[in-house]
Amino acid sequence: MDLWQKFLRSRIVWPLAALAILLLFNLFFTPNFFRVEIKDGHLYGNLIDILKNSSPIMLLAIGLTLVIATKGIDISVGSVVAISAGVVAVLIGGDFAGVPKYPIAVAMMTAVAVGVLAGMWNGMLVSRVGMQAIIATLILFVAGRGIAMVLTNAQIIWLYNKDFFFVGTGYLLGLPFPIFIVGAVLLMTAVVTRKTSIGLFIESVGINPKATRFAGISAKNILLWVYAFSGFCAGVAGLIVCANVKSADGNNAGNLFELDAILAVVLGGTSLNGGKFFLVGSIVGALIIQTLTTTIYAFNIAPEISQVVKAIVVYIVSLMQSPIFRAKIAGLWGRKEVVHE
Amino acid sequence: MNKKPLIDSRNLPILVTIILFAFMFGVGSVAFPGFFSLQNFLNLLIDNAYLLILGVGMTFVIVSGGIDLSVGSMLALSTMITSSLLEKSHVDPVTTIVIALAVGTLLGLFMGYLIQTFDLPPFIITLAGLYLARGLCYVVSIETIAIKDESFMNIAHFQIPIADAFISTGAAVALIVVIVGWYASRYTKFGRTVFAIGGNEQSALLMGLPVARTKILIYAVSGFCSALAGIVFTFYTLSGYALDGKGMELDTIASVVIGGTLLTGGVGSIIGTVFGVFVYGSIQVLIMFQGTLNSWWTRIVIGFLVFLFCVLQRFFESRKTRPLVAAPVEKAETS
Repeated sequence: MDLWQKFLRSRIVWPLAALAILLLFNLFFTPNFFRVEIKDGHLYGNLIDILKNSSPIMLLAIGLTLVIATKGIDISVGSVVAISAGVVAVLIGGDFAGVPKYPIAVAMMTAVAVGVLAGMWNGMLVSRVGMQAIIATLILFVAGRGIAMVLTNAQIIWLYNKDFFFVGTGYLLGLPFPIFIVGAVLLMTAVVTRKTSIGLFIESVGINPKATRFAGISAKNILLWVYAFSGFCAGVAGLIVCANVKSADGNNAGNLFELDAILAVVLGGTSLNGGKFFLVGSIVGALIIQTLTTTIYAFNIAPEISQVVKAIVVYIVSLMQSPIFRAKIAGLWGRKEVVHE
Repeated sequence: MNKKPLIDSRNLPILVTIILFAFMFGVGSVAFPGFFSLQNFLNLLIDNAYLLILGVGMTFVIVSGGIDLSVGSMLALSTMITSSLLEKSHVDPVTTIVIALAVGTLLGLFMGYLIQTFDLPPFIITLAGLYLARGLCYVVSIETIAIKDESFMNIAHFQIPIADAFISTGAAVALIVVIVGWYASRYTKFGRTVFAIGGNEQSALLMGLPVARTKILIYAVSGFCSALAGIVFTFYTLSGYALDGKGMELDTIASVVIGGTLLTGGVGSIIGTVFGVFVYGSIQVLIMFQGTLNSWWTRIVIGFLVFLFCVLQRFFESRKTRPLVAAPVEKAETS
């Protein structure tokens, strides 16, 4: 009972409830939504697709959760996805027989390294130059897509290397491989932030950077590495995106990803004002977004219109998180509820 | 008493922007024959009229300490409404323009209301506004709508002669918006309140300024400017397309920042934004004249300039605050 109370009071309840409502809606109104088939030893079905398609956003959301916990923001992640996809595509090369120019491992590691570098650039600007996070990452947001386009010579590079595709479309133990990548990154992040004091440091930077510094913690270095980690996540997501569509398109790869990822984090209960963060919440947030998209597809509504629905969901969730709104609603029912923050 | 410096340090970023613009225009004039002409200068105004209008609205938002990410898709929504009303419903141009402006203003008002009344982050609310407006574009139409309405085309093609050159209707509208925006920012109660809010919202409130009303109004102004920019954009392209203005919100923010407006709020100017837009435009023209460089270099150069200006601003800020404090205290994080 105690555990149940604790669960009800935790922040994870809201996003989980939203996801449950969405799934429940589909249970009644979308035929075969929950059907999972086994073909050639692989699992197929809407639920599996949701997991698979949301994996790049989940990765970005993991990185962004930490950034947002420091009261920062990283709007460059979509562009970094494009850069990473461009790097890996250029290094593998568009050979028709699928012979890679450089070994695939080297190409992939380089792409992720470039992502980390991009993140460190952001981190330097925020922590050392002292820029506001939104403006510091705006630079790479604007320039990043340009860099990706210049890298690929403003052309879409098509890839034919089957081994590389495994990263995006492969299956392991019957499940899509990207899920395992997300799982590994999530586990690593959770262990590092929850089993060591690093998570506490990150939250303290978000709550009060000055006090953090006085407590003898290098807020600057924490910021630097948090942004670098966000770049790492974007780099890995770039690999998945590139392998999934078998090409690198500097213009469209990762387009609007930053918005979806930020949305996922906020839906998951992490406040944009920094402080406490909820990694699992962000994952649930990404799942909500993808389930919403899939639901809209299932109803044969033009996918573009899904953005209206997304917007309305954001408004509702933001209002739910607003203490003023909750107080007003509570007032409507004539109850004097103490607003918890 | 300190000796008054030759140039007010607050004006320095704007001065740098103007010098940069003059330098770029000079380089273009020396390097490319035919670059230096009145028409080429006026073309900057014509080609970037919509960006100027967006920039004016965005300057108010950023000076107040907020941000509006919805301007690009609001512009697109305005082009869609305009073209669809003209071509599908055959409404006359004047009514069409009034409706498009009203929709933009109302959407802005709605976002401002949410931001102010429920104390929600502008970043998230306008981000959702970006999705909302873009989605509504597709509700209007998924295909491109070409405009063939004659009176609308006449307005769009009208040329106002200046010496031996001309400006378009759109450019004239942009000029008017700039002048009104400049006047409003410096000489009206609304404008001064915006600066006060950006400087310190708490103080503005204690001074008895109408903070709540002004904050809502700021987003309505930005919505109005986006809708107007959409109409000017329609003059330019004579069509409506749901993907118009993709990423334009960040072009606008970049122009405003290059124009010396601080993202922390409280500092900025319409004149600076105008030159910020001109710098942005000249980079595009220079790369076009140069010919061999991929047009994507524009984005890289813009990114670099934003970087340069932010570092510059930080430099001025740190110089300004240093003599005021005795001990090296780290600047407290606001925002």
